[in-house]
Order: sequence, then C-alpha cells, then structure tokens
Amino acid sequence: MMALKLGVPSKGRLMDKTFDWFAGHGLTLRRTGAEREYAGAVDGIAGVELVLLSASEIPRELAAGRIHLGVTGSDLVRETLPDWQGAVAELAPMGFGHADLIIAVPKAWVDVETLDDLDAVAAAFRACHGFRLRIATKYHRLVRDYLRAHGVADYQLVDSQGATEGTIKNLTAEAIADITSTGETLAANHLKILRDAPVHRSQATLFAARGADWQRAGSAGAALFARLGLPEATISGITSPIA
Amino acid sequence: MTPADALGAKLLAQMQAAGAQPVAADILQPAETLLDLYGEDIRARAYVTHDPALGEMMLRPDFTVPVVQAHMREGAEPARYCYAGPVFRKQSSARAREYLQVGYELFARNDPARADAEVFALFARLLAGYDLRPVTGDIGILKAAVAGLDTTERRKAALMRHIWRPARFRALLDRMGGQGKLAAPRAELVARLRTAPVAELVAQAGPVIGLRSMAEIEARVQTLLEDAETPPLPAGQIAALERLLALSGPARDVLAELRAEGWDALTPALERLDARLQALDAAGIDTQTLPFEASFGRTTMEYYDGFVFGFVSPRADMPPVATGGRYDALTAVLGQGRRIPAVGGVIRPETLIALGGA
Repeated sequence: MMALKLGVPSKGRLMDKTFDWFAGHGLTLRRTGAEREYAGAVDGIAGVELVLLSASEIPRELAAGRIHLGVTGSDLVRETLPDWQGAVAELAPMGFGHADLIIAVPKAWVDVETLDDLDAVAAAFRACHGFRLRIATKYHRLVRDYLRAHGVADYQLVDSQGATEGTIKNLTAEAIADITSTGETLAANHLKILRDAPVHRSQATLFAARGADWQRAGSAGAALFARLGLPEATISGITSPIA
Repeated sequence: MTPADALGAKLLAQMQAAGAQPVAADILQPAETLLDLYGEDIRARAYVTHDPALGEMMLRPDFTVPVVQAHMREGAEPARYCYAGPVFRKQSSARAREYLQVGYELFARNDPARADAEVFALFARLLAGYDLRPVTGDIGILKAAVAGLDTTERRKAALMRHIWRPARFRALLDRMGGQGKLAAPRAELVARLRTAPVAELVAQAGPVIGLRSMAEIEARVQTLLEDAETPPLPAGQIAALERLLALSGPARDVLAELRAEGWDALTPALERLDARLQALDAAGIDTQTLPFEASFGRTTMEYYDGFVFGFVSPRADMPPVATGGRYDALTAVLGQGRRIPAVGGVIRPETLIALGGA
C-alpha cells in the first residue's frame, strides 16, 4: 500500500480557495511543520497524502503519475501537456480562479472585431510589411490550436512571458493572446478583446492522473471520491484512457 | 539494416533506374523558410530547435523544400531527383515521430501532363505488389472554379488563400453569399463604419499604437465598405462549387460530369485533366477505373496546386503509404523570381513493411 497523493498549489489565494473547497466536502487540508516548509496533511480520511507544489508544476506531476490527483488551472493543463486528455481526467471544476484566455488588438483598429477580421488583416499586414503578423503570448499551444481551428493564417506567435499588454506599443507584436479576469490592464493599454468566444475559459480544476498507480493506493481513492460526491466508476474511467 | 531500410534502398535503386539522380539534404533546415511557407501550424507538426549562431532550425519535416532549393540553385533542366532518409514529425498519437521517406521529384517545363503521368505510373509500378487503393485529385480545378466565380478579384483572392482550409473556405463562401455565422457580425461592423469618417472613429476608439498604421486601418475600412456594396455570391454558383468539391468517382466519369456542368471557366483546367488522363492511359494506367476525388489533397498538402495523388491502405489506422503532386507555385516562392513546373511524391517504407505483402 502506498498513500494516494493529492497535489495542491503551495501558496496564495489558489491554495486558500483549494483548502476551502475541500473543507466544503468535509476534508481538512492543512500545512504542517514550520511556516515556510512545504509539507501538508489531509485530515478526515486515511491514506491520502498532501503534496504542496507550484500550480505550474502540477500538470507535469500529474502526467508523470507522481501524484494521483492535482488542483491547477484548466489552462495550464491544456497548455503544458500534449494530448492532455490522454494524460489526465477532468474530475471537477472548482468554481474559482476564473480567467479567460483572449485575443486582443489595439482599440484603434476600428476595422477589427472578430477572428474573421484578424485573418484578413494578417494577410494584408504580411503583404505590406513582408512578415507574418505577430501575436505575443505565453500560451503557444492553446492559441495555435485555436487559430488553426478557426482557419487564421499569416500570423506568427512571439513568446512573451510577462507584460504582454505592452508588446504592441513596444512594436514587438501587433496583437496579443493573454489571460484576463477583469480586462482593466487591457483597457489601460488601449486594447480590446475580439468578439469571438475566448481561446479558453480557465478555472481551478481537480484533475486525476491516468498514469498514476491507483491499484497500490488501495481503497483511499474510492473513499475520497465518495467524499467528493464523484461516482464509484470514476477510477475505472480514469485508468482506461479515452479513445 | 532494418527491413524498412532495405526496402527504402531497393525503392531508391528503382527510382535511379528510372532516371533519377540521388540527392541528399541536411536534416537541420532553417526554420524561417518552412514557417513562412507553411505558417505557424507547422510548429505543431515539426521539431524546432535553436542554434546559437543560426537561430531557429527545424528537423526536416520533408525533403521537398531542400530539394527544390538545391535545384533552383544549381539544377539543369529537365531534372529527376530521388532521395531516401528519415523525416521528423510531431504526433499526439502513437504514430512514428521519425520515419523513412523515399521520394522522386521531376522538374520539367514541357508537357506537364506527361510529367504527372510519369511520376504516378512510376509509383503505381513500385507499389504494384501491395494491397493499396490509388486516389487522384486536382487542386488546379478548384482554383479554376474559384477564379471563375462571378465576383470581385479581392473575394477570389480571399477564397484562394484558404483553399487548403476547407472549414474556413466554407465560412468565407457563406459570408460572401450573405449567409452563415460570419454574415451578421460583418454587417454590424460595416454599419458602424458607415456612421462617421474613419479618422473620427479611430479618434474616439483610442490612440494608434503598434506597427499597423492609420493608413492600413483606413485602407481596410475602404475595402470593407466597397465589399459591402458588392452583390452577394450567386447561390447557384455556391451550389455548383459545392457539387464540384463533392465529386468522387472513376476519373473519366468525373471529367464527364465536370464537362456537363458547362462551366466555361473550368475549360482550360478540364483540358489539362483530359491531357493527363490520356498520358496516364499511355503510361499503362486504366483511367476508366482510376479513382478521382475533387477534394483530395485539400487538408494535408498545402503546397500542391495541380495534380495530387495518394496510395492508401485499406487499414484506417495507417497513414497513406504514398502521397504526391504538382507544386509549381512552391518553386516560384522558393526560386525568388525564377520558377519551374515540378511534380513529385514520397513513399513510406515502414508503412509498407507494416502492411506486409509484395
């Protein structure tokens, strides 16, 4: 027997909200040891171990099967893991950590409101400037898949790990794709969001690793799922990857 | 030597015997050329790496581009090349990431029908011992149909740009006919743009930031207003285009059906198809039974712009054993002003081995 490992964000609001969500299901998650020590425990259920991790590392730990369950943003899982549906199962959206991944362009582009417009502008821009229209983002996989699904051509993604809203004014990009929750930073940088559905609507989500060893975790999995109100068949659903 | 290597060497020798000169290509290719050609999507399909001095490099996703570049630099005409070696493609499924391609490329200015037939007949001969279904198509007919639509050059260019993206092509066609989900947002945009001069609208909206200038915004607004005055694409032409895209059957029958449409703009392209079928007959291919699918090659083979072909396995889980086609426009893009008609194709020896036979 080994413990069933539950990975949760190690700090900040995301950790607090995660603890609250589990408390709502009668499970107490808590940090143990010294204040700065990343150690934790789960009270109210036997055989479950708490692992505190950076939210951005949780997708990889899930994919490697080193943790059975993990809480992280649905955007991070989709961006980080190729074939994410083969690696993890989405168990429960948790109702917090909401953020939309959107595409934004300068407000002054009065001729652009949709992806249909952006695609036409990309063609004209390339003809005029000799290179493909640049979209700054750190969400390469999500944005590329989205633009391909909508048939947008003649663009290129340029990497931006921060202050993405400033790239247009700094002439390193013509448009951006970034996470926004209130839109205030966009407005302050004279940008507007395209009218189409967002690239992705993200929220904190409980994921299960298809590749983790559920056998050796024994009955802890079934007990935990019962407590969370998930159907009994959940484990077999996790371990048989979707077609 | 693996069985696939041995089969690859045998196919290469047969291509040499058919008159082709063997050529090599670097595995590391400059990423920029391929990105400019295929667009950002290729990042999802090819391995990109970074060289401290040369910048972004790509593990070759195919041989066509380096072979065309080599020919444009130093090739004599006409020229036949063959090659064998690994190519690298990202996959999300269990399909191979690294696999062999054996290919044959023919550069010739005269008699394109005969060149098409030569390549197809060679592949048919090399693959004769396997249980494969040949399929052919012709992107040139689609292009001729778009060029023949009764509408503005601008709309035709927009459609032509998306011939290889069927869903987007369809959405554009619908919008130009005043239908579909893009029509209403476009009508609303145009209505707003008509309320005031562009300069005023932009001044209200916000500062002009970034590289895209006021002049570019004004030019597109002008384009949008002009396009709004253009009559919708006639429903009959959209329907005819859709019938054309759905055509599938023995090549001779499809040719007869296309002729029966009485679409004058198609005549030169249909003459080329007829000439190709005659050349195929002369090369020993039975065009009475040869399958032709009008939409073949639209989703996977972006640079082909004329004849396209494939040899596919009856097993749905297998990639096509061979694909190929004509890519005249690609040579113009890579030739920086020079161009030469070209046609070629590749075979995947590993897939042949997996299928057994021969």
